[in-house]
Amino acid sequence: MSGAHFSWDLLDDVRQLFQFPFMVNAFRAGTIVAVVAGAIGWFMVIRRQAFAGHTLALVGFPGAAGAVWLGVSAAWGFFAFCGAAALVIAALRPQRGEGYSEESAGIGVVQAFALACGFLFVSLYRGFLNGVNALLFGSFLGITNAQVLALLVVGVTALVALGAVGRPLLFASVDPDVAAARGVDVRKLSVLFLVLLGLTVAEVSQITGTLLVFALLVMPPATAQLLTPRPAVSLVVTVGVALLVTWLGLAVAYFTPYPIGFFVTSFAFAAYVGAGLLRRRPLRVRAVA
Amino acid sequence: MKTALHTDAIEARDAAVRIGGRLIWEHLDLSIGSGQFVAVLGPNGAGKSTLVNTVLGLLPLAAGALSVLGTDPGTRNAEIGYLPQRRSFDAGLRVRGVDVVRLGLDGDKWGLPRPGRRRNEEARRRVAEVIDLVDAAAYADRPVGEVSGGEQQRILIAQALVRRPVLLLLDEPLDSLDLPNQAAVAALVARICRTEGVTVVMVAHDVNPILPYLDHVVYLGRGGAVSGSPADVITSETLTRLFGTPIEVLQAADGRLVVVGQPEPPAYHVDRHQHP
Repeated sequence: MSGAHFSWDLLDDVRQLFQFPFMVNAFRAGTIVAVVAGAIGWFMVIRRQAFAGHTLALVGFPGAAGAVWLGVSAAWGFFAFCGAAALVIAALRPQRGEGYSEESAGIGVVQAFALACGFLFVSLYRGFLNGVNALLFGSFLGITNAQVLALLVVGVTALVALGAVGRPLLFASVDPDVAAARGVDVRKLSVLFLVLLGLTVAEVSQITGTLLVFALLVMPPATAQLLTPRPAVSLVVTVGVALLVTWLGLAVAYFTPYPIGFFVTSFAFAAYVGAGLLRRRPLRVRAVA
Repeated sequence: MKTALHTDAIEARDAAVRIGGRLIWEHLDLSIGSGQFVAVLGPNGAGKSTLVNTVLGLLPLAAGALSVLGTDPGTRNAEIGYLPQRRSFDAGLRVRGVDVVRLGLDGDKWGLPRPGRRRNEEARRRVAEVIDLVDAAAYADRPVGEVSGGEQQRILIAQALVRRPVLLLLDEPLDSLDLPNQAAVAALVARICRTEGVTVVMVAHDVNPILPYLDHVVYLGRGGAVSGSPADVITSETLTRLFGTPIEVLQAADGRLVVVGQPEPPAYHVDRHQHP
């Protein structure tokens, strides 16, 4: 950033950070995205659907590239393609049994086709290469008020839906057979979750880029699950880690010329490694149930 | 011994089940009194899990009649504790045993549990109580993927018991356990059956670990279905006829019966239950 100079006067740094509206919007967007990504990502990791999440992210790429080619905001491309792809993956899911491994072939097919379309749209657009970089590795520049509002509306909707189905969703994720016997509609919940995951991936992609969505979707929950097996605590730690790495990533990216995706991912990676080291120590906090 | 004064927990008359046109079993007559410990035995593919599914109302009968807890199957499932054929938990699953039991209590309710509420406290107490009942308190706070197979099985039995069911359906809970654990879990289930007055229907491959506790035996085999007291059913000639292979029932020095020559549990279980 031109004009931004990091100093040891932290107050001044914070003042510099929020000096421009685009940066304020970047923090707003990042905060919304981190909370949603943490909560949905936690369930994704428990459900072992990271491959589906990754595919949804890659589907976002042609969506965004196509939207840019058509002259609309990339955000709409992300939402439309990720949402639609979630429904396709849900339809590909085998009817019987909860075998996550069986769905992988179908998801792989969707993923390859999505990437191919993305590169087609990019070459049709012939735009400057920087645009592609932003789509793949993230950008926090030029986030408008309207975009923040869109992120907020979609994010709150996803969180409310997750709150409503949280308990049966956890039941269906951990123990699908017993959940089904208890009258939980495992299949419908799995479709709903994929749609929520698609929307979340679309949100995260707009900050971290499509290739780095896992920085917020997988790394914070993986970190939290290393630290505690208690679902409620783990969920709170996940959201905390996601917020922290997003804020830190934004701040550092502001003072350096390097892309934000790198910093968010690096901080999340550091958190994961730190949690892993912490867990290797024999210290075990006895849970007070 | 439970007497005929009790109403029947499960009663079947000339029942038959077909799946995709294929006859699984027929002419099944059953009368299981409440509070009894019942074993469902038979070779692979005989329809043992199918019987559990019909009791749960998940599969319709092709013929005959079946009543569960005095009414149609499926209507009183809330009072049935069910432990499906298992699948152990993934070693990486970072969810505690208490959470698995708690999900069995109110995991089907919408929304999230709110801490501090009285109902939440009661739920906690019930979960702790049932974990004590199966002697799982020592490891219930550890991630369920990290505890042993026998310990997971106790957690799952606690989960099946947490709603105070009157009928417990256990589908091969002794499968994949080593011999000491088979004996320990069998004794635990028998104890719960006696002290809590729960009717237990256990699907099993090997009758020996549960033989001392049984009130009633249902044998599903190629030669038809037979149901009755262990003394009537577990004889060399009945079993030989049912399995179509020579089987001997011997009496050990301490008076216990031992079944010899029944088909060994298979080494692989992969697709056995995709064609029930």
